[in-house]
Amino acid sequence: MSPHTDILKTLNATESPRDIEISFAGVSKAWGDNHVLRGLDFEVRAGEKVSIIGPSGSGKTTILRILMTLETPDVGLVTVGGDVLWDAKPGVKNKETKQTRITRRKVGMVFQQFNLFPHMTVLENVVEAPIHVLGISKEDANARAIDLLELVGLKDHMKHTPPELSGGQQQRVAIARALAMRPRVMLFDEPTSALDPELIGEVLNVIRQLATTTDMTMLLVTHEMRFAQEFSDRVVMFDKGVVVEQGPPEQIFKHPEHERTQRFLKAVTAY
Amino acid sequence: MSIWDTNFAISIIPILLQGFWLTLQITFISFLISLVVGLLVSIIRFMKIPVVSLIFSFLVQFVRGTPLLVQAYIAFYVFPKFGVTFDAVPTGIVVLGLNYSAYTAEVYRAGIEQLHVGQWEAARALSLPPLRTWIRIVVPQAVRPIIPVLGNYLIMMFKDSAILSSITIIELLGSALQVGSSYYRYLEPITIAGILYLVVSFPCSLLIRKLEHRFVPAH
Amino acid sequence: MSAVSEYSWLLLQGLGVTILVTVLGAILTLFVAFTAGLSGLSRHWYLRWPSSIFVEFFRGSGLLVQMFWFFYALPFLGIQLTPLFAGVLALGLNEGAYAAEIVRGTIRSRAKGQTEAAIALGMSPGLRMRRVLIPQSIPAMLPAFGNVMVDLLKNTSLVSLVTVSDLTWRAFTARIATGQTVALFLTILVLYFILSLLIGWLTKWLEKRFALDRKSLGRQQSMKSLVGGISA
Repeated sequence: MSPHTDILKTLNATESPRDIEISFAGVSKAWGDNHVLRGLDFEVRAGEKVSIIGPSGSGKTTILRILMTLETPDVGLVTVGGDVLWDAKPGVKNKETKQTRITRRKVGMVFQQFNLFPHMTVLENVVEAPIHVLGISKEDANARAIDLLELVGLKDHMKHTPPELSGGQQQRVAIARALAMRPRVMLFDEPTSALDPELIGEVLNVIRQLATTTDMTMLLVTHEMRFAQEFSDRVVMFDKGVVVEQGPPEQIFKHPEHERTQRFLKAVTAY
Repeated sequence: MSIWDTNFAISIIPILLQGFWLTLQITFISFLISLVVGLLVSIIRFMKIPVVSLIFSFLVQFVRGTPLLVQAYIAFYVFPKFGVTFDAVPTGIVVLGLNYSAYTAEVYRAGIEQLHVGQWEAARALSLPPLRTWIRIVVPQAVRPIIPVLGNYLIMMFKDSAILSSITIIELLGSALQVGSSYYRYLEPITIAGILYLVVSFPCSLLIRKLEHRFVPAH
Repeated sequence: MSAVSEYSWLLLQGLGVTILVTVLGAILTLFVAFTAGLSGLSRHWYLRWPSSIFVEFFRGSGLLVQMFWFFYALPFLGIQLTPLFAGVLALGLNEGAYAAEIVRGTIRSRAKGQTEAAIALGMSPGLRMRRVLIPQSIPAMLPAFGNVMVDLLKNTSLVSLVTVSDLTWRAFTARIATGQTVALFLTILVLYFILSLLIGWLTKWLEKRFALDRKSLGRQQSMKSLVGGISA
């Protein structure tokens, strides 16, 4: 059993399990003429691990960004854990509400570019939000942060600053930082796409560990098909703003039904 | 009468140094004002508050596009009419400080806009409150690369303080002119004043250039 | 407001003088900028050093001091300059010193690759400079020069302190006569603002007109050009 059982247990839900953790209903988003999402209906069950694959510009990153309130949907209802995140009406300039801000706390995100705060140490990066958003005391936040850093294998680097770390190390710190907020949902936006090949494994290992040992709901946008196959309960193929096909990994990767899925997988695994 | 009277020159140095001291004080306080006000103005502009941000944007362009001398006259002659009466020196300090705030506001703007958008997004993803985001994440990173530019404005302000002599402030240039008109010998006082400005400006600008190489590696 | 209309003719004359001083100052500035700037790029130390000394001296000692020196101190050396001459001279030398750094910096930053190409083509140094570097550099200098010219315009107000009857001087004397400070000074403030806007538009137009690369007009701005490009 993993030596980090204690900290991993803290990432599990404390309330009774819900059925649907994330829901998108009729969500559309367009930039000018570019319709990134068209009336998307999409659900994720609590504890489900979902991979989203598809070509660039297909809208898969937009789904994550809307969940993290980095983008505002034009139309549609988005809920997380039963609470409303976005309730966007057509024709109106929708803005984030107090409800949005409260619900957002259930979601954590890991970015392709890591986005660590370079002028703060690793430890300071991880405790910043818990102290100033959750109001946790410095001692408690530090203790928890050290546990999380140990989980991702970077406890020895806690006094270093991000520029002193490799890409893989930075991304692992970013994961610890997101986990420190105890989210119910973890979003990974192409977490390894900006990494040198030899550093990808260490990050995927952490994600794998989270997937197999916690009941957090996880959404992963990735081009790492082998990992997606191993990690997911469900794989969603996205293209041009709509769900082309979705199902268990064996189905999508071994027997894709749709022609677009087949074409995409062929192109991606060609070499 | 010789052209340059060294004894005279030496005798007036104490008076000029008094003026020089006032110049330094004025510059220091005005610069602090411009640092603080400029930061506030740039934050307000960046947050795009309806109406207010626009007004500030316009004021910045207007102050940058009009002469400091005229602004000083307005402060000196007009403010008393509206019941805002200060002595000349505080008035001068405020005018100089506010004038340069328009410039520092632009410098801060450049620094803030240069900040990678990912930093904002990470702060948002962690639900950091706006104030905390500004104080802990944005400002520390935005200000560091612009320190050399701010340093340049300090040096410019030091020289521009001479303009305040036109509203009866007896700083360095004002002292020199006073001496000149009292003794009817202008060559020595103005020359010495010029040397004093140079003796401070030149080394400081060399220092700034060194800082540029440290703070802005791509320079 | 009546003071403004009464004195509008005199203010207009002042405006004319301000524009005259600006134009004369601009001409001298450009001349000084290229002379000192190009000298600063020379291989010969006897050109570089005087250029450096000149630039550092005129940037460091302060415009108003220089102007007063030309007007009040120079007579003691036997040279009597008219107020206008003294004012324009100080403006041109001072702004020219700043602009010289723009010339020098711009050409130097474009120099490397272009210089090697020109050498490979067998061009002499002088030809290289004239036909290759300078024409290319001028569009790049325009934004910073625009800032220098706006700075020059604002600094022309200082000639009022050496008795040149420019816009500021007219407002100042009209104020003494009428006591109507607000209207007068606000008016000239607006006039200066309009003039600075005009210079800005002119610069933008020149940038478009002489752009080497049509597409690069939406170029990313370096921090220097964003904040004015004039260092101390």
